Amino acid sequence: MKLITAVIKPFKLDDVKTALESFGVHGITVTEASGYGRQRGHTEVYRGAEYTVDLVPKVRVEVVVDDADVEDVMDVIVKSAQTGRIGDGKVWSVPVDTVVRVRTGERGVDAL
Amino acid sequence: MTPSSGDTAWVLTSAALVLLMTPGLALFYGGMVRAKSVLNMMMMSFGALGLISVLWVLYGYSLAFGDDAGSGLIGNFEFVGLKGLLDAAPLGGVEGEAAGIPPLAFVGFQAVFAIITVALISGAIADRAKFGSWMVFAGIWATVVYFPVAHWVFAFDGYTGATGGWIANNLKAIDFAGGTAVHINAGAAGLALALVLGKRIGFGKEAMRPHNLTLVMIGAGLLWFGWFGFNAGSALGAGNTAAVAWMNTMVATAAASLAWLLTEKLRDGHATSLGAASGVVAGLVAITPACSAVNPVGAIAVGAIAGVLCALAVGLKFKFGYDDSLDVVGVHLVGGIVGTLLIGILATANAPAGVDGLLYGGGVDQLWRQAVAAGAVLVFSFVLAYVIGTVIDKTMGFRIEEESEITGVDLTTHAESAYELGSVSGAGYRAGAAASTKERVDA
Repeated sequence: MKLITAVIKPFKLDDVKTALESFGVHGITVTEASGYGRQRGHTEVYRGAEYTVDLVPKVRVEVVVDDADVEDVMDVIVKSAQTGRIGDGKVWSVPVDTVVRVRTGERGVDAL
Repeated sequence: MTPSSGDTAWVLTSAALVLLMTPGLALFYGGMVRAKSVLNMMMMSFGALGLISVLWVLYGYSLAFGDDAGSGLIGNFEFVGLKGLLDAAPLGGVEGEAAGIPPLAFVGFQAVFAIITVALISGAIADRAKFGSWMVFAGIWATVVYFPVAHWVFAFDGYTGATGGWIANNLKAIDFAGGTAVHINAGAAGLALALVLGKRIGFGKEAMRPHNLTLVMIGAGLLWFGWFGFNAGSALGAGNTAAVAWMNTMVATAAASLAWLLTEKLRDGHATSLGAASGVVAGLVAITPACSAVNPVGAIAVGAIAGVLCALAVGLKFKFGYDDSLDVVGVHLVGGIVGTLLIGILATANAPAGVDGLLYGGGVDQLWRQAVAAGAVLVFSFVLAYVIGTVIDKTMGFRIEEESEITGVDLTTHAESAYELGSVSGAGYRAGAAASTKERVDA
Protein backbone atom coordinates (compact mmCIF):
# COMPACT_ATOMS: atom_id res chain seq x y z
CA MET A 1 0.00 0.00 0.00
CA LYS A 2 1.09 3.54 -0.60
CA LEU A 3 0.12 6.95 0.75
CA ILE A 4 -0.37 9.34 -2.16
CA THR A 5 -0.08 13.01 -1.23
CA ALA A 6 -1.08 15.75 -3.61
CA VAL A 7 -0.63 19.49 -3.07
CA ILE A 8 -2.99 21.23 -5.44
CA LYS A 9 -4.67 24.57 -6.07
CA PRO A 10 -7.67 24.95 -3.70
CA PHE A 11 -10.24 25.56 -6.41
CA LYS A 12 -9.31 22.24 -8.11
CA LEU A 13 -10.36 20.19 -5.09
CA ASP A 14 -13.84 19.43 -6.39
CA ASP A 15 -12.47 18.20 -9.71
CA VAL A 16 -9.96 15.96 -7.98
CA LYS A 17 -12.52 14.51 -5.56
CA THR A 18 -14.95 13.75 -8.38
CA ALA A 19 -12.24 12.13 -10.47
CA LEU A 20 -11.00 9.97 -7.58
CA GLU A 21 -14.50 8.83 -6.78
CA SER A 22 -15.12 7.89 -10.41
CA PHE A 23 -11.93 5.88 -10.37
CA GLY A 24 -13.03 3.95 -7.30
CA VAL A 25 -11.08 5.53 -4.44
CA HIS A 26 -13.46 5.78 -1.53
CA GLY A 27 -11.45 7.48 1.18
CA ILE A 28 -9.78 10.85 1.15
CA THR A 29 -8.30 13.30 3.68
CA VAL A 30 -8.11 16.98 2.86
CA THR A 31 -6.20 19.69 4.72
CA GLU A 32 -5.44 23.33 4.04
CA ALA A 33 -1.83 24.17 3.42
CA SER A 34 0.40 26.96 2.17
CA GLY A 35 3.40 26.69 -0.01
CA TYR A 36 5.36 27.58 -3.06
CA GLY A 37 7.45 25.74 -5.60
CA ARG A 38 9.24 27.55 -8.32
CA GLN A 39 6.52 30.20 -8.56
CA ARG A 40 8.37 32.19 -5.86
CA GLY A 41 6.78 35.18 -4.19
CA HIS A 42 6.25 38.83 -4.87
CA THR A 43 6.78 42.12 -3.03
CA GLU A 44 3.83 44.00 -1.70
CA VAL A 45 3.56 47.40 -0.08
CA TYR A 46 1.08 47.62 2.78
CA ARG A 47 0.51 50.64 5.00
CA GLY A 48 3.74 52.21 3.88
CA ALA A 49 6.02 49.20 4.41
CA GLU A 50 7.33 46.62 1.97
CA TYR A 51 6.78 42.91 2.52
CA THR A 52 7.68 39.77 0.60
CA VAL A 53 4.76 37.43 0.14
CA ASP A 54 5.79 33.92 -0.80
CA LEU A 55 3.37 31.37 0.66
CA VAL A 56 0.31 30.74 -1.48
CA PRO A 57 -2.79 28.89 -0.23
CA LYS A 58 -2.95 25.26 -1.33
CA VAL A 59 -4.91 22.12 -0.47
CA ARG A 60 -3.31 18.81 0.53
CA VAL A 61 -5.14 15.66 -0.57
CA GLU A 62 -4.14 12.30 0.87
CA VAL A 63 -5.31 8.85 -0.17
CA VAL A 64 -4.03 5.39 0.75
CA VAL A 65 -4.22 2.94 -2.15
CA ASP A 66 -3.20 -0.58 -3.03
CA ASP A 67 0.19 -0.89 -4.80
CA ALA A 68 -1.46 -1.92 -8.04
CA ASP A 69 -3.42 1.32 -8.28
CA VAL A 70 -0.67 3.79 -7.43
CA GLU A 71 0.32 4.86 -10.95
CA ASP A 72 -3.29 5.14 -12.10
CA VAL A 73 -4.42 7.14 -9.10
CA MET A 74 -1.52 9.55 -9.48
CA ASP A 75 -2.48 10.02 -13.13
CA VAL A 76 -6.09 10.68 -12.16
CA ILE A 77 -5.02 13.32 -9.68
CA VAL A 78 -2.58 15.01 -12.06
CA LYS A 79 -5.12 15.21 -14.89
CA SER A 80 -7.94 16.54 -12.70
CA ALA A 81 -5.78 19.05 -10.81
CA GLN A 82 -3.98 20.44 -13.82
CA THR A 83 -4.60 23.95 -15.14
CA GLY A 84 -1.39 24.33 -17.13
CA ARG A 85 -0.45 27.46 -15.21
CA ILE A 86 2.33 27.91 -12.70
CA GLY A 87 1.51 26.70 -9.16
CA ASP A 88 -0.44 23.55 -10.13
CA GLY A 89 1.37 21.60 -7.39
CA LYS A 90 2.92 18.17 -6.98
CA VAL A 91 1.92 14.57 -6.27
CA TRP A 92 4.09 11.94 -4.56
CA SER A 93 3.76 8.57 -2.90
CA VAL A 94 5.36 6.91 0.12
CA PRO A 95 5.09 3.32 1.39
CA VAL A 96 2.58 2.53 4.12
CA ASP A 97 3.25 -0.27 6.67
CA THR A 98 -0.21 -0.90 8.03
CA VAL A 99 -3.73 0.43 7.64
CA VAL A 100 -6.53 -0.31 10.13
CA ARG A 101 -10.25 0.48 9.81
CA VAL A 102 -11.18 2.06 13.14
CA ARG A 103 -14.79 0.85 13.17
CA THR A 104 -14.13 -2.85 12.61
CA GLY A 105 -10.45 -3.39 13.28
CA GLU A 106 -9.87 -4.80 9.77
CA ARG A 107 -6.25 -4.55 8.71
CA GLY A 108 -4.37 -4.31 5.47
CA VAL A 109 -5.97 -4.06 2.06
CA ASP A 110 -9.38 -4.89 3.58
CA ALA A 111 -9.17 -1.62 5.43
CA LEU A 112 -8.89 0.46 2.27
CA MET B 1 -34.83 77.84 36.34
CA THR B 2 -35.68 74.85 34.13
CA PRO B 3 -33.01 73.54 31.82
CA SER B 4 -33.62 73.70 28.07
CA SER B 5 -35.19 70.38 27.19
CA GLY B 6 -33.88 70.40 23.62
CA ASP B 7 -30.33 71.18 24.69
CA THR B 8 -30.44 68.60 27.46
CA ALA B 9 -31.83 65.90 25.19
CA TRP B 10 -29.13 66.51 22.63
CA VAL B 11 -26.26 66.61 25.13
CA LEU B 12 -27.39 63.43 26.90
CA THR B 13 -27.75 61.70 23.53
CA SER B 14 -24.34 62.97 22.46
CA ALA B 15 -22.82 61.65 25.65
CA ALA B 16 -24.17 58.20 24.84
CA LEU B 17 -22.90 58.51 21.26
CA VAL B 18 -19.43 59.38 22.47
CA LEU B 19 -19.48 56.51 24.91
CA LEU B 20 -20.22 54.20 21.97
CA MET B 21 -17.00 55.43 20.40
CA THR B 22 -14.94 53.59 22.98
CA PRO B 23 -16.27 50.10 22.18
CA GLY B 24 -16.14 51.25 18.54
CA LEU B 25 -12.47 52.05 19.05
CA ALA B 26 -11.99 48.67 20.67
CA LEU B 27 -13.32 47.02 17.49
CA PHE B 28 -11.33 49.32 15.19
CA TYR B 29 -8.10 48.63 17.06
CA GLY B 30 -8.97 44.99 17.77
CA GLY B 31 -9.39 44.16 14.11
CA MET B 32 -6.03 45.72 13.33
CA VAL B 33 -3.98 43.48 15.62
CA ARG B 34 -3.28 39.79 15.21
CA ALA B 35 -5.76 37.17 16.37
CA LYS B 36 -3.63 36.26 19.36
CA SER B 37 -3.83 39.78 20.82
CA VAL B 38 -7.26 41.11 19.88
CA LEU B 39 -8.74 40.63 23.35
CA ASN B 40 -5.98 42.51 25.13
CA MET B 41 -6.37 45.43 22.77
CA MET B 42 -10.12 45.52 23.44
CA MET B 43 -9.52 45.12 27.15
CA MET B 44 -7.38 48.24 27.27
CA SER B 45 -10.37 50.22 26.00
CA PHE B 46 -12.80 48.49 28.31
CA GLY B 47 -10.42 48.97 31.21
CA ALA B 48 -10.32 52.68 30.46
CA LEU B 49 -14.12 52.74 30.36
CA GLY B 50 -14.26 51.33 33.85
CA LEU B 51 -11.44 53.21 35.49
CA ILE B 52 -11.79 56.69 34.01
CA SER B 53 -15.55 56.78 34.60
CA VAL B 54 -14.99 56.27 38.28
CA LEU B 55 -12.06 58.66 38.57
CA TRP B 56 -14.03 61.30 36.68
CA VAL B 57 -16.84 61.20 39.21
CA LEU B 58 -14.51 61.05 42.20
CA TYR B 59 -12.25 63.96 41.29
CA GLY B 60 -11.66 64.25 37.54
CA TYR B 61 -14.60 66.49 36.79
CA SER B 62 -13.62 68.75 39.66
CA LEU B 63 -10.01 69.14 38.55
CA ALA B 64 -11.11 69.84 34.99
CA PHE B 65 -14.15 72.02 35.54
CA GLY B 66 -13.96 73.28 39.08
CA ASP B 67 -13.19 76.95 39.52
CA ASP B 68 -9.60 77.61 38.53
CA ALA B 69 -7.10 76.94 41.31
CA GLY B 70 -4.21 78.83 39.76
CA SER B 71 -3.11 80.43 36.50
CA GLY B 72 -5.62 78.57 34.38
CA LEU B 73 -3.73 75.31 34.87
CA ILE B 74 -6.04 73.22 37.05
CA GLY B 75 -9.46 73.33 38.66
CA ASN B 76 -10.19 73.04 42.38
CA PHE B 77 -11.81 70.33 44.49
CA GLU B 78 -15.26 71.92 44.82
CA PHE B 79 -16.93 69.18 42.79
CA VAL B 80 -15.22 66.15 44.32
CA GLY B 81 -17.69 63.28 44.20
CA LEU B 82 -19.90 65.60 42.12
CA LYS B 83 -20.80 67.33 45.37
CA GLY B 84 -23.71 69.69 45.07
CA LEU B 85 -24.54 68.81 41.47
CA LEU B 86 -27.51 66.52 42.01
CA ASP B 87 -29.97 69.37 41.89
CA ALA B 88 -27.87 72.36 40.91
CA ALA B 89 -29.07 75.16 38.67
CA PRO B 90 -28.70 74.59 34.93
CA LEU B 91 -25.56 75.84 33.23
CA GLY B 92 -25.90 78.90 31.04
CA GLY B 93 -27.64 78.77 27.66
CA VAL B 94 -25.27 78.76 24.69
CA GLU B 95 -27.25 80.28 21.84
CA GLY B 96 -29.34 82.92 23.54
CA GLU B 97 -31.60 80.65 25.56
CA ALA B 98 -31.90 81.59 29.23
CA ALA B 99 -30.89 78.26 30.66
CA GLY B 100 -28.91 75.43 29.14
CA ILE B 101 -28.28 71.93 30.43
CA PRO B 102 -28.18 70.41 33.91
CA PRO B 103 -24.63 70.23 35.27
CA LEU B 104 -24.77 66.45 35.43
CA ALA B 105 -25.44 66.28 31.70
CA PHE B 106 -22.24 68.24 31.17
CA VAL B 107 -20.41 65.99 33.64
CA GLY B 108 -21.50 62.93 31.71
CA PHE B 109 -20.70 64.43 28.34
CA GLN B 110 -17.18 65.34 29.44
CA ALA B 111 -16.67 61.99 31.17
CA VAL B 112 -16.89 60.07 27.92
CA PHE B 113 -14.30 62.41 26.40
CA ALA B 114 -11.88 61.56 29.19
CA ILE B 115 -12.50 57.88 28.69
CA ILE B 116 -11.84 57.78 24.97
CA THR B 117 -8.75 59.97 25.20
CA VAL B 118 -7.15 57.40 27.49
CA ALA B 119 -8.38 54.48 25.38
CA LEU B 120 -6.83 55.98 22.24
CA ILE B 121 -3.33 55.69 23.67
CA SER B 122 -3.58 51.89 23.88
CA GLY B 123 -3.22 51.52 20.11
CA ALA B 124 0.45 52.40 20.37
CA ILE B 125 1.30 49.46 22.63
CA ALA B 126 -0.39 46.50 20.95
CA ASP B 127 0.59 42.92 21.78
CA ARG B 128 3.10 43.71 24.49
CA ALA B 129 1.73 45.60 27.50
CA LYS B 130 0.87 44.19 30.89
CA PHE B 131 -2.77 44.88 31.59
CA GLY B 132 -2.23 45.90 35.21
CA SER B 133 0.51 48.30 34.20
CA TRP B 134 -1.75 49.79 31.54
CA MET B 135 -4.45 50.42 34.14
CA VAL B 136 -1.96 52.08 36.48
CA PHE B 137 -0.68 54.22 33.62
CA ALA B 138 -4.24 55.10 32.62
CA GLY B 139 -5.14 56.29 36.09
CA ILE B 140 -2.00 58.34 36.62
CA TRP B 141 -1.93 59.89 33.13
CA ALA B 142 -5.59 60.80 33.33
CA THR B 143 -4.99 62.49 36.67
CA VAL B 144 -1.85 64.49 35.88
CA VAL B 145 -2.30 65.07 32.16
CA TYR B 146 -5.87 64.72 30.91
CA PHE B 147 -7.71 66.41 33.76
CA PRO B 148 -5.45 69.51 33.67
CA VAL B 149 -5.45 69.70 29.86
CA ALA B 150 -9.24 69.41 29.82
CA HIS B 151 -9.25 72.38 32.16
CA TRP B 152 -6.93 74.32 29.83
CA VAL B 153 -8.99 73.67 26.69
CA PHE B 154 -12.60 72.99 27.68
CA ALA B 155 -13.20 75.07 30.82
CA PHE B 156 -14.54 78.45 29.73
CA ASP B 157 -14.80 81.36 32.15
CA GLY B 158 -18.26 81.53 33.69
CA TYR B 159 -19.59 78.20 32.42
CA THR B 160 -18.98 75.79 35.30
CA GLY B 161 -16.85 78.10 37.41
CA ALA B 162 -15.93 81.76 37.45
CA THR B 163 -12.51 81.17 35.92
CA GLY B 164 -11.52 78.47 33.48
CA GLY B 165 -8.40 77.30 31.69
CA TRP B 166 -5.65 79.31 29.96
CA ILE B 167 -5.93 77.96 26.42
CA ALA B 168 -9.69 78.58 26.24
CA ASN B 169 -9.72 81.98 27.91
CA ASN B 170 -6.28 83.63 27.74
CA LEU B 171 -4.64 82.19 24.65
CA LYS B 172 -8.05 81.93 22.93
CA ALA B 173 -7.03 79.13 20.64
CA ILE B 174 -9.98 77.48 18.93
CA ASP B 175 -10.47 73.82 19.77
CA PHE B 176 -14.14 73.09 19.59
CA ALA B 177 -14.26 69.41 20.51
CA GLY B 178 -10.73 68.50 21.53
CA GLY B 179 -8.28 68.31 18.66
CA THR B 180 -5.61 69.25 21.17
CA ALA B 181 -7.07 67.99 24.43
CA VAL B 182 -8.01 64.59 23.04
CA HIS B 183 -6.07 63.80 19.87
CA ILE B 184 -2.75 65.59 20.15
CA ASN B 185 -2.84 64.65 23.83
CA ALA B 186 -3.39 60.93 23.20
CA GLY B 187 -1.11 60.88 20.18
CA ALA B 188 1.81 62.38 22.07
CA ALA B 189 1.28 59.95 24.96
CA GLY B 190 1.09 57.09 22.47
CA LEU B 191 4.43 58.09 20.99
CA ALA B 192 5.97 58.25 24.45
CA LEU B 193 4.73 54.79 25.38
CA ALA B 194 5.79 53.30 22.05
CA LEU B 195 9.29 54.51 22.86
CA VAL B 196 9.22 53.32 26.48
CA LEU B 197 7.94 49.83 25.67
CA GLY B 198 10.02 49.36 22.56
CA LYS B 199 9.30 47.51 19.36
CA ARG B 200 7.27 44.33 19.13
CA ILE B 201 9.22 41.16 18.40
CA GLY B 202 9.36 40.92 14.62
CA PHE B 203 8.50 44.57 14.00
CA GLY B 204 9.78 45.61 10.60
CA LYS B 205 10.37 42.01 9.51
CA GLU B 206 7.05 40.24 9.91
CA ALA B 207 3.99 41.52 8.12
CA MET B 208 1.70 41.71 11.21
CA ARG B 209 -1.38 42.33 9.14
CA PRO B 210 -4.81 43.08 10.64
CA HIS B 211 -6.48 39.80 11.54
CA ASN B 212 -10.02 40.96 10.91
CA LEU B 213 -10.59 43.96 8.68
CA THR B 214 -14.34 43.58 8.97
CA LEU B 215 -14.03 44.52 12.66
CA VAL B 216 -11.92 47.49 11.65
CA MET B 217 -14.60 48.74 9.28
CA ILE B 218 -17.41 48.17 11.78
CA GLY B 219 -15.35 50.06 14.33
CA ALA B 220 -14.74 52.93 11.92
CA GLY B 221 -18.46 53.13 11.23
CA LEU B 222 -19.30 53.25 14.92
CA LEU B 223 -16.62 55.88 15.49
CA TRP B 224 -18.04 58.02 12.68
CA PHE B 225 -21.54 57.70 14.11
CA GLY B 226 -20.46 58.45 17.66
CA TRP B 227 -18.29 61.35 16.54
CA PHE B 228 -21.40 63.32 15.66
CA GLY B 229 -21.98 63.36 19.39
CA PHE B 230 -18.32 64.26 19.96
CA ASN B 231 -18.36 67.25 17.60
CA ALA B 232 -21.95 68.40 17.31
CA GLY B 233 -22.56 67.63 20.98
CA SER B 234 -19.76 70.01 21.91
CA ALA B 235 -22.12 72.81 20.94
CA LEU B 236 -23.75 71.96 24.30
CA GLY B 237 -27.02 72.98 22.75
CA ALA B 238 -29.42 71.88 20.04
CA GLY B 239 -29.17 74.70 17.56
CA ASN B 240 -27.27 76.08 14.62
CA THR B 241 -23.79 75.54 16.03
CA ALA B 242 -24.52 71.87 16.46
CA ALA B 243 -25.84 71.69 12.90
CA VAL B 244 -22.74 73.40 11.50
CA ALA B 245 -20.48 71.06 13.47
CA TRP B 246 -22.50 68.09 12.24
CA MET B 247 -22.21 69.07 8.61
CA ASN B 248 -18.50 69.77 8.81
CA THR B 249 -17.95 66.45 10.55
CA MET B 250 -19.82 64.63 7.79
CA VAL B 251 -18.01 66.13 4.83
CA ALA B 252 -14.48 66.41 6.24
CA THR B 253 -14.55 62.72 7.08
CA ALA B 254 -15.79 61.77 3.64
CA ALA B 255 -13.10 63.88 1.96
CA ALA B 256 -10.39 62.42 4.16
CA SER B 257 -11.36 58.86 3.35
CA LEU B 258 -11.27 59.59 -0.38
CA ALA B 259 -7.96 61.40 -0.04
CA TRP B 260 -6.40 58.49 1.84
CA LEU B 261 -7.63 56.02 -0.77
CA LEU B 262 -6.23 58.17 -3.56
CA THR B 263 -2.88 58.49 -1.81
CA GLU B 264 -2.71 54.73 -1.38
CA LYS B 265 -3.65 54.05 -4.96
CA LEU B 266 -0.97 56.40 -6.24
CA ARG B 267 1.73 55.27 -3.82
CA ASP B 268 1.09 51.52 -3.46
CA GLY B 269 -1.18 50.67 -6.36
CA HIS B 270 -4.09 49.49 -4.18
CA ALA B 271 -6.90 51.29 -2.38
CA THR B 272 -7.39 49.23 0.77
CA SER B 273 -10.22 48.84 3.24
CA LEU B 274 -7.78 49.65 6.04
CA GLY B 275 -7.02 52.86 4.20
CA ALA B 276 -10.70 53.73 3.87
CA ALA B 277 -11.27 53.12 7.57
CA SER B 278 -8.13 55.01 8.57
CA GLY B 279 -9.02 57.89 6.30
CA VAL B 280 -12.38 58.13 8.03
CA VAL B 281 -10.68 58.38 11.42
CA ALA B 282 -8.06 60.85 10.18
CA GLY B 283 -10.78 63.14 8.87
CA LEU B 284 -12.75 62.89 12.08
CA VAL B 285 -9.66 63.75 14.09
CA ALA B 286 -8.75 66.73 11.95
CA ILE B 287 -12.23 68.26 11.89
CA THR B 288 -12.63 67.83 15.66
CA PRO B 289 -11.08 71.16 16.65
CA ALA B 290 -12.26 72.93 13.49
CA CYS B 291 -15.90 71.95 13.15
CA SER B 292 -17.20 75.25 14.52
CA ALA B 293 -14.73 77.47 12.72
CA VAL B 294 -14.79 76.52 9.06
CA ASN B 295 -17.49 76.37 6.41
CA PRO B 296 -18.30 73.03 4.74
CA VAL B 297 -16.01 73.69 1.78
CA GLY B 298 -13.26 74.47 4.27
CA ALA B 299 -14.13 71.22 6.00
CA ILE B 300 -13.59 69.35 2.74
CA ALA B 301 -10.15 70.93 2.56
CA VAL B 302 -9.37 70.03 6.16
CA GLY B 303 -10.39 66.44 5.54
CA ALA B 304 -8.57 66.08 2.26
CA ILE B 305 -5.33 67.51 3.62
CA ALA B 306 -5.51 65.35 6.72
CA GLY B 307 -6.26 62.28 4.61
CA VAL B 308 -3.17 62.77 2.50
CA LEU B 309 -0.80 63.79 5.29
CA CYS B 310 -1.88 61.04 7.67
CA ALA B 311 -1.68 58.42 4.92
CA LEU B 312 1.91 59.49 4.37
CA ALA B 313 2.62 59.84 8.10
CA VAL B 314 1.86 56.23 8.97
CA GLY B 315 4.99 55.15 7.13
CA LEU B 316 7.19 57.31 9.38
CA LYS B 317 7.34 54.69 12.10
CA PHE B 318 9.32 52.39 9.85
CA LYS B 319 11.63 55.20 8.77
CA PHE B 320 12.30 56.34 12.31
CA GLY B 321 12.09 52.95 13.95
CA TYR B 322 9.37 53.40 16.56
CA ASP B 323 6.59 50.85 16.91
CA ASP B 324 3.44 52.92 17.11
CA SER B 325 1.54 49.75 16.44
CA LEU B 326 -1.84 51.07 15.34
CA ASP B 327 -0.80 54.51 14.12
CA VAL B 328 -1.97 56.58 17.05
CA VAL B 329 0.81 59.00 16.15
CA GLY B 330 0.22 58.96 12.41
CA VAL B 331 -3.52 59.51 12.72
CA HIS B 332 -4.27 61.21 16.05
CA LEU B 333 -1.14 63.25 16.65
CA VAL B 334 -0.62 64.26 13.02
CA GLY B 335 -4.33 64.59 12.28
CA GLY B 336 -4.85 66.61 15.44
CA ILE B 337 -2.00 68.96 14.58
CA VAL B 338 -3.24 69.35 10.99
CA GLY B 339 -6.76 70.20 12.08
CA THR B 340 -5.66 72.49 14.86
CA LEU B 341 -3.31 74.48 12.62
CA LEU B 342 -5.64 74.62 9.61
CA ILE B 343 -8.09 76.58 11.75
CA GLY B 344 -5.53 79.37 11.64
CA ILE B 345 -5.80 79.35 7.86
CA LEU B 346 -9.32 78.29 6.97
CA ALA B 347 -11.43 79.75 9.81
CA THR B 348 -14.16 82.07 8.60
CA ALA B 349 -16.03 84.58 10.75
CA ASN B 350 -19.28 83.38 9.21
CA ALA B 351 -18.93 80.14 11.12
CA PRO B 352 -20.03 79.93 14.78
CA ALA B 353 -16.50 80.42 16.12
CA GLY B 354 -16.56 83.85 14.49
CA VAL B 355 -12.89 84.20 13.64
CA ASP B 356 -11.15 84.81 10.30
CA GLY B 357 -8.08 82.78 9.52
CA LEU B 358 -5.24 83.64 7.17
CA LEU B 359 -7.23 82.88 4.04
CA TYR B 360 -10.05 85.21 5.06
CA GLY B 361 -7.90 88.20 5.91
CA GLY B 362 -7.36 87.46 9.57
CA GLY B 363 -3.59 87.38 9.25
CA VAL B 364 -1.62 84.95 11.37
CA ASP B 365 -3.23 86.03 14.64
CA GLN B 366 -5.29 82.90 15.06
CA LEU B 367 -2.65 80.69 13.52
CA TRP B 368 -0.02 81.39 16.16
CA ARG B 369 -2.57 80.81 18.92
CA GLN B 370 -3.36 77.44 17.39
CA ALA B 371 0.32 76.57 17.18
CA VAL B 372 0.97 77.47 20.81
CA ALA B 373 -1.98 75.39 21.99
CA ALA B 374 -0.90 72.39 19.91
CA GLY B 375 2.69 72.68 21.05
CA ALA B 376 1.87 73.10 24.72
CA VAL B 377 -0.37 70.03 24.87
CA LEU B 378 2.05 67.96 22.80
CA VAL B 379 5.06 68.67 24.96
CA PHE B 380 3.20 68.39 28.27
CA SER B 381 1.61 65.09 27.36
CA PHE B 382 4.69 63.55 25.78
CA VAL B 383 7.04 64.40 28.63
CA LEU B 384 4.70 63.28 31.40
CA ALA B 385 3.63 60.11 29.59
CA TYR B 386 7.29 59.25 29.03
CA VAL B 387 8.09 59.79 32.69
CA ILE B 388 5.08 57.88 33.99
CA GLY B 389 5.68 55.05 31.53
CA THR B 390 9.34 54.80 32.47
CA VAL B 391 8.61 54.76 36.18
CA ILE B 392 6.04 52.00 35.71
CA ASP B 393 8.46 50.09 33.53
CA LYS B 394 11.24 50.28 36.11
CA THR B 395 9.02 49.35 39.06
CA MET B 396 6.26 46.92 38.14
CA GLY B 397 7.35 46.39 34.54
CA PHE B 398 5.30 47.55 31.58
CA ARG B 399 6.15 45.04 28.90
CA ILE B 400 5.26 41.34 29.01
CA GLU B 401 7.93 38.62 28.77
CA GLU B 402 9.29 37.71 25.35
CA GLU B 403 7.88 34.16 25.57
CA SER B 404 4.49 35.55 26.47
CA GLU B 405 4.53 37.94 23.56
CA ILE B 406 5.32 35.13 21.15
CA THR B 407 2.60 32.87 22.58
CA GLY B 408 0.16 35.75 22.59
CA VAL B 409 -0.82 38.39 25.11
CA ASP B 410 -4.47 37.25 25.21
CA LEU B 411 -3.58 33.80 26.43
CA THR B 412 -0.80 34.81 28.77
CA THR B 413 -2.39 37.93 30.24
CA HIS B 414 -6.11 37.20 30.10
CA ALA B 415 -6.10 33.37 29.92
CA GLU B 416 -8.39 33.66 26.93
CA SER B 417 -8.34 33.04 23.23
CA ALA B 418 -10.65 35.10 21.04
CA TYR B 419 -11.45 32.34 18.56
CA GLU B 420 -12.31 28.94 19.92
CA LEU B 421 -13.37 27.51 16.59
CA GLY B 422 -12.83 23.80 17.24
CA SER B 423 -10.98 21.32 19.38
CA VAL B 424 -7.63 22.20 17.84
CA SER B 425 -7.88 25.91 17.07
CA GLY B 426 -7.70 28.63 19.69
CA ALA B 427 -6.11 27.53 22.93
CA GLY B 428 -7.13 23.92 22.54
CA TYR B 429 -8.80 23.75 25.93
CA ARG B 430 -9.56 20.27 27.20
CA ALA B 431 -12.70 19.87 29.31
CA GLY B 432 -11.83 19.28 32.95
CA ALA B 433 -8.11 19.78 32.33
CA ALA B 434 -6.22 19.85 35.59
CA ALA B 435 -3.24 21.75 34.20
CA SER B 436 -3.51 25.49 34.76
CA THR B 437 -3.07 27.91 31.90
CA LYS B 438 0.18 29.10 33.39
CA GLU B 439 1.62 25.61 33.43
CA ARG B 440 0.59 24.85 29.89
CA VAL B 441 2.00 28.06 28.54
CA ASP B 442 5.27 27.87 30.41
CA ALA B 443 5.82 24.22 29.53
